[in-house]
Amino acid sequence: MSKVENLGEIIEKYGPHLYDAPVDGWQADRKIDRAVPTHCPYCGVQCGMNLLVQDETVVGFEPRYDFPVNEGKLCPKGVTAYMQIHHPDRLLYPLVKKNGIFERATWDDALDLIVSRIKEIQAKYGKNSIGVYSGSSLTTEKTYVMGKFARLGLGTRYVDYNGRLCMVSAAAGNNKAFGVDRVANSWDDIPLAEVLMIAGSNCAETFPILNKYLWQQRDNGGRWIVIDPRATATARQGDIHLQLLPGTDVAVANGLLNVIIREGLVDEEFISKHTNDWDAVKAVIDKYPPSRAGELSGVDPAKIEKAAILYGQARTGMILHARGIEHHSNGVDNVLSYINIVLATGKIGEPGRGYGTITGQGNGQGGREHGQKADQLPGQRSMTNPEDRKHMCEFWGLPEDELPEAGVSVVEMYQKMREGEIKGLISSCNNGMVSLPDVNSIRESLEGLEFYVNIDFFMSESSRFADVVLPTTTWAEDEGVTASAEARVVKINKAIDPIGESKPDWWIAKEIARRMGREKYFQFDSPREIFDELREASKGGKADYYGITYEKIKEQNGVMWPCPTEESKGTPRMFEDKKFYHPDGKAKFFAVEYKGPAEVPDEEYPFALTTGRVVYQYLSGNQTRRIGFLVQQCPEPYVEIHPETAAKLGIADGERVKVVSRRGEGVFPALVVKTIRKDTLFIPYHWGDAKAANLLTNAKLDPISKIPEFKACAARIEKVASRDLPILGDSRKGASLSEVQKGR
Amino acid sequence: MQETMFVDPQRCIGCRSCVAACRECSTHKGYSMIFVDFFDRGETTATMPTICMHCAEPTCAQVCPADAIKQNEFGVVMTALKPRCLDCRNCVNACPFGVPKYNSAMHLQMKCDMCYDRSSEGLQPMCASVCPTGALTFGKYEDVVPLRRTKPVNIHYFGNQKVETKVYLMMPTNEADAIHIDGDTEFGEHLSAHAGDEASWIENEMGETDNSNEFRS
Repeated sequence: MSKVENLGEIIEKYGPHLYDAPVDGWQADRKIDRAVPTHCPYCGVQCGMNLLVQDETVVGFEPRYDFPVNEGKLCPKGVTAYMQIHHPDRLLYPLVKKNGIFERATWDDALDLIVSRIKEIQAKYGKNSIGVYSGSSLTTEKTYVMGKFARLGLGTRYVDYNGRLCMVSAAAGNNKAFGVDRVANSWDDIPLAEVLMIAGSNCAETFPILNKYLWQQRDNGGRWIVIDPRATATARQGDIHLQLLPGTDVAVANGLLNVIIREGLVDEEFISKHTNDWDAVKAVIDKYPPSRAGELSGVDPAKIEKAAILYGQARTGMILHARGIEHHSNGVDNVLSYINIVLATGKIGEPGRGYGTITGQGNGQGGREHGQKADQLPGQRSMTNPEDRKHMCEFWGLPEDELPEAGVSVVEMYQKMREGEIKGLISSCNNGMVSLPDVNSIRESLEGLEFYVNIDFFMSESSRFADVVLPTTTWAEDEGVTASAEARVVKINKAIDPIGESKPDWWIAKEIARRMGREKYFQFDSPREIFDELREASKGGKADYYGITYEKIKEQNGVMWPCPTEESKGTPRMFEDKKFYHPDGKAKFFAVEYKGPAEVPDEEYPFALTTGRVVYQYLSGNQTRRIGFLVQQCPEPYVEIHPETAAKLGIADGERVKVVSRRGEGVFPALVVKTIRKDTLFIPYHWGDAKAANLLTNAKLDPISKIPEFKACAARIEKVASRDLPILGDSRKGASLSEVQKGR
Repeated sequence: MQETMFVDPQRCIGCRSCVAACRECSTHKGYSMIFVDFFDRGETTATMPTICMHCAEPTCAQVCPADAIKQNEFGVVMTALKPRCLDCRNCVNACPFGVPKYNSAMHLQMKCDMCYDRSSEGLQPMCASVCPTGALTFGKYEDVVPLRRTKPVNIHYFGNQKVETKVYLMMPTNEADAIHIDGDTEFGEHLSAHAGDEASWIENEMGETDNSNEFRS
């Protein structure tokens, strides 16, 4: 049913095409009608920026020096973000696929078709035969609506979001250890830390503006310990680099804690007063002297000693981590092993003493708080907790037996599509054909669907499979809040009216629900009304937004939750009273043994393959692979290989090589660099089709967080004769340098 | 204008945000005047941003046969004057830092003018506004330098030519970069690092007179 039959035509019509200027060209003398203060649509730093509007057209940006997080600073994605608003590839009206061809439809026709097909499928196979897959680049209002839409509008248990591919391991680890899922400190604490331990984060490329704080810390005389398989731009700037084998994070963290205990650098008083289960951890850590940690991880034990002592002796210190330790089949273990270090040294809840995950997506934090996550209800309440369920049903006026059970993670949802349990899918704000692991199986999932509705503002690799594509608005055409990686709730402001016939996601969800006869649960006509409902819904939950208002956000340049009352100014630093969110007020240690990745290199697949990001592209690239400047800087994915490895295989820099894993293969140019381990390969993942790094990755999930193992699998490299090089034809569009130049 | 630019390659993460933002400057809209280069990607991720150094006695202006390149009252070296520019490209070839660009469509030499449209109105230039790490910083010497562990350099030697620049290059100092993990080091000691800088290779090179703001290649 949901097959892509006319790829060439789709690409011709909907791109990606390269576009690299304001919509009316570069003009020196403009009369700007207004500058709209808002935030960048991309990563979790949520930089402030002003959009410049002339004749109801966004024609540029002006730095927003008054926003305290970035003070005007922007990365290249942020600088060029405004170019996507009027991009010629924008989807301007609903599309319905007829005989394999997308045809223009009216909203009424498209929505009626969707509703009749959903009703038909649900009547035949049951309510749970429809899945909803949402995203965290949506505003919090929209994420709240998407969760409610799935459960109350469609009555299906299957709803999840793309944060599942982001930081859920951190969320799960935080919940286990602290009883709450939030970064413990605001970034203002970073410059106050004598030592920063940055594990699995190339924040120089992935959170560029965070580097403002990192360098303030360095200017203060601070030190960085960077733990990463690659000598990234972040690691280059650091003091100690532990260049570990992908997937051996627990070994390193346990080794660090072993030295900290041996050197007597633990905070016994904090441990006895404010934590549980230390003894069990100590017993396990005994087994990880630096020599063993080094052996397992391939890191020089002397460096582990140095790093442990540096962090342990420091009076103030913070541990920050990101996808590098979280994207593993033991991602939660990895997170907990670092939290153990934080708790053992008592470095938490004080200025410059803290911990946090650097959440990836723009609304990565907000998107995981208000009920679009499979196991979650608004306010970080639990789908499996009877009291939480009762509370929300009362709040919504929903009979309790109508609230579905908790669903499953997105990778499992796609599994259920292949197994035939889920027959229809509505997806918004994501692009599984690039960002989900083992893309070949994802294609199978989509092709097996009876009905697929995709909501986006550009035609993504996934939209191509859809039966109906609905055009939504960009961030400049609607308002709403997001919560940045420091849990700072900020406000996206509307710069212009929606372009073409595009509609905000919340309107689309509401309209489908209305036509399903469920309009009594969707009584709102603006983001502000949704936000007011959400505030009330979150009241008393862990992520309490009740005291946050649009006005307060503007006044304070953001509000960090929990903010339970109208008087509250929010909570920049958690745990200042050393009270954690478990019933006894204590934090929990978890003894974690090293297990290693699910797939380790062997004779057939001798290399560890890890994937990641580049500074010029964002997530699945659906937004950034259309901006000329960004594509010019990084036109296509490549595979990083160490020179010694390359020499052994006879591979030259720039040569196209085949990378093969048990799940698939792809051809990538070799980037021969000393900045990677000899036994490791790296491919950035932002591209689709034949250039998807996720053709190779392992879909093995963490048992708790259900995050896939993007960061470690086994692969081999094969030389390809030039005659065997794939002719990529149309799918190369928007990717090669020659195309870039032709587009000018 | 007391402010100038400070270029600190140590901090550069190679994101080219400056390159993208430079195009937003109204005096050369759509054209970027900045280069960010990898030194040697095979060896390292280190990158180097190059902006106009705004020489006190600009070589580009000295070699211009039409006297088209002028400095403004603050010592900022401006783009060639359109009516005078002869398309000869002497400046492009002569600049020791490789900064000016020749725009063949417009028959004009173009270069960084420190965002004249912005800095003349008290706004920061685009590149320094957006630079995530402060590898490009715009500010007053006395505001910027005391906050950094690096040494400001604005005298450069190219063979026998001595070039003094308005823009400072921030060079690392060995002392400040040493790691002390024995617990003796005071937090924030780097602020006094400039004082006892005997280990710095710049000092050694330059002898005992205070010419530590010089950079010999």
